[in-house]
Amino acid sequence: MSCDHSVDCGRRRLLVATSVAGGVAGIAAAIPFVASFAPSERAKSAGAPVEVDISKLAPGEMMTVEWRGKPVWIIHRTKEMLEGLEKLADKLADPDSKRPQQPDYAKNPYRSIKPEYMVAIGICTHLGCSPTEKFKAGAESGIDPSWPGGFLCPCHGSMFDLAGRVYKNMPAPDNLEVPPHVYLSDAKILIGEDKKGA
Amino acid sequence: MAAAEKYKSDGTRMGNLLEWLDARFPLMALWNDHLAKYYAPKNFNFWYFFGSLALLVLVIQIVTGVFLVMHYKPDASLNANGVPVAFASVEYIMRDVPWGWLIRYMHSTGASAFFIVVYLHMFRALLYGSYQKPRELIWIVGVLIFLVLMATAFFGYLLPWGQMSYWGAQVIVNLFSAIPFIGPDLAVWIRGDYVVGDATLNRFFSLHYLLPVLILPALVMIHLIALHEVGSNNPDGIEIKKKKDENGKPLDGIPFHPYYTVKDIVGVIAFLFFFAIVVFFMPEGGGYFLEANNFYPADPLKTPPHIAPVWYFTPFYSILRANTINFFWIDAKLWGVIFMGLGVVIFFFLPWLDKSPVKSIRYRGPLYKTALTIFVISFIILGYLGILPPTPGRTLVSQICTILYFAFFLLMPIYTSLDKCKPEPERVTG
Repeated sequence: MSCDHSVDCGRRRLLVATSVAGGVAGIAAAIPFVASFAPSERAKSAGAPVEVDISKLAPGEMMTVEWRGKPVWIIHRTKEMLEGLEKLADKLADPDSKRPQQPDYAKNPYRSIKPEYMVAIGICTHLGCSPTEKFKAGAESGIDPSWPGGFLCPCHGSMFDLAGRVYKNMPAPDNLEVPPHVYLSDAKILIGEDKKGA
Repeated sequence: MAAAEKYKSDGTRMGNLLEWLDARFPLMALWNDHLAKYYAPKNFNFWYFFGSLALLVLVIQIVTGVFLVMHYKPDASLNANGVPVAFASVEYIMRDVPWGWLIRYMHSTGASAFFIVVYLHMFRALLYGSYQKPRELIWIVGVLIFLVLMATAFFGYLLPWGQMSYWGAQVIVNLFSAIPFIGPDLAVWIRGDYVVGDATLNRFFSLHYLLPVLILPALVMIHLIALHEVGSNNPDGIEIKKKKDENGKPLDGIPFHPYYTVKDIVGVIAFLFFFAIVVFFMPEGGGYFLEANNFYPADPLKTPPHIAPVWYFTPFYSILRANTINFFWIDAKLWGVIFMGLGVVIFFFLPWLDKSPVKSIRYRGPLYKTALTIFVISFIILGYLGILPPTPGRTLVSQICTILYFAFFLLMPIYTSLDKCKPEPERVTG
């Protein structure tokens, strides 16, 4: 800052110092307001695990449960569905689940603990819509005669297979997330917690 | 601005009161500067109604909004019937509050009317070069008003807590998660939760009140003060201040009051005529003003089979969807967000992109006329496609239109300097 004879340099310095101190105080005062936008303690603790009974889920069907306000799908895959998954690799963006969208115990060709039961968060990795179930294969699906069955996001058209893996060149960049989960018995899954926590 | 002469009483009781007031508040100065002695060009045409109409719609929205708040409850929890309280309170307004349906339909129709009026107001500026020197600041403040208006409409759309409210907010907030590094945390910060929920509803309600009631009127005031400082443009795009009579009044200017205050009443009546038709006979606006899916309460587990934003956002939404290619190591998702943002932000630079020596379309050459026509057509096509679900063919069309949209701005320095303009007249041509 220039400091010529018309300016009282001592006072100017004091002015600058108090302005800076005032500015710092102003920014500090804004912190609580900005921080108040973050999730509350109640919202953070609302993620209690959910226990699901899958004994009545018939093969080829899916059910949706709510966990942390999000839809979680449990899909009972048939043998044909599982065989179909293996043929898709070259059409998928991340067929081997290399990106961290699942716990390690679900990092396998079926993205699940037991091959027949798929557990995934039903939120599209593009912009958060919930994809629609399109299990019917072929032309009947209304998508493509070669469609093997999977999910279609209604918002921006991303397609996923029956393991929640995203097809290539879709708006969605990643496979659907697999939440932490653990089998309490053959008929019961606990979603939101795995062996480490249990 | 010369120090205004203070009002002198003519001896009547009213005159005494005015003198007392004017000695303590610049009443006459404000009245004269902005109304009675504000000289506006005498050749305003149809396109000049939309500024005052925008102000009218703002007043309608504030008044109806204040009354709606007296019955509305921003609460996402379920009531005894298993319906979200916010959704139920809107139904309560529609069914049980005396005249509540009218106030609510005025508010929902007003939202669409606001954008119709503002889009036409902005188109006027493109027609007559109203953003050019010396009116750059008016334009910048205007684009800010447009941004705040979009934010306000977005916040307001969540409040009825229907399916479209919910999933629309979910998609738009998730746009922020595309930003590298901070994105996912930023989206959580905006929502106040890991999904759109009660916290989101309440903060949107708070902001839906703050922005239009405090921020918008302040920006509108700055917009008008800046306008009255440099004076209004006109369909000929020439400065009326260059030709003044011996008293210093522009020869082609007439006092805003009473001439344009009275003329604007005609516009207000015509506007209210159409407004009332929509409010009384087609309040859903064919599914465009109030979308069918929003008559279902929000269900966080199920996205409706087809979601689209309200019509006034669809051009920008189409630009978002048109980005389907990953390049430069950046996901298509982020490109979409970047281009959608740029689609609005680029308006700020318009005064400096336009190199034309003339303002009005009347004296511009064929290049600008062609460019503006292409721009308007691609804007409308983008808007139309944004309503529809995407198909490969539609995506291709929206990609072409997105390129044309941006070409209008980015090539403007070239085609406006090459254009063959006609000579401007000395005086306005009426």
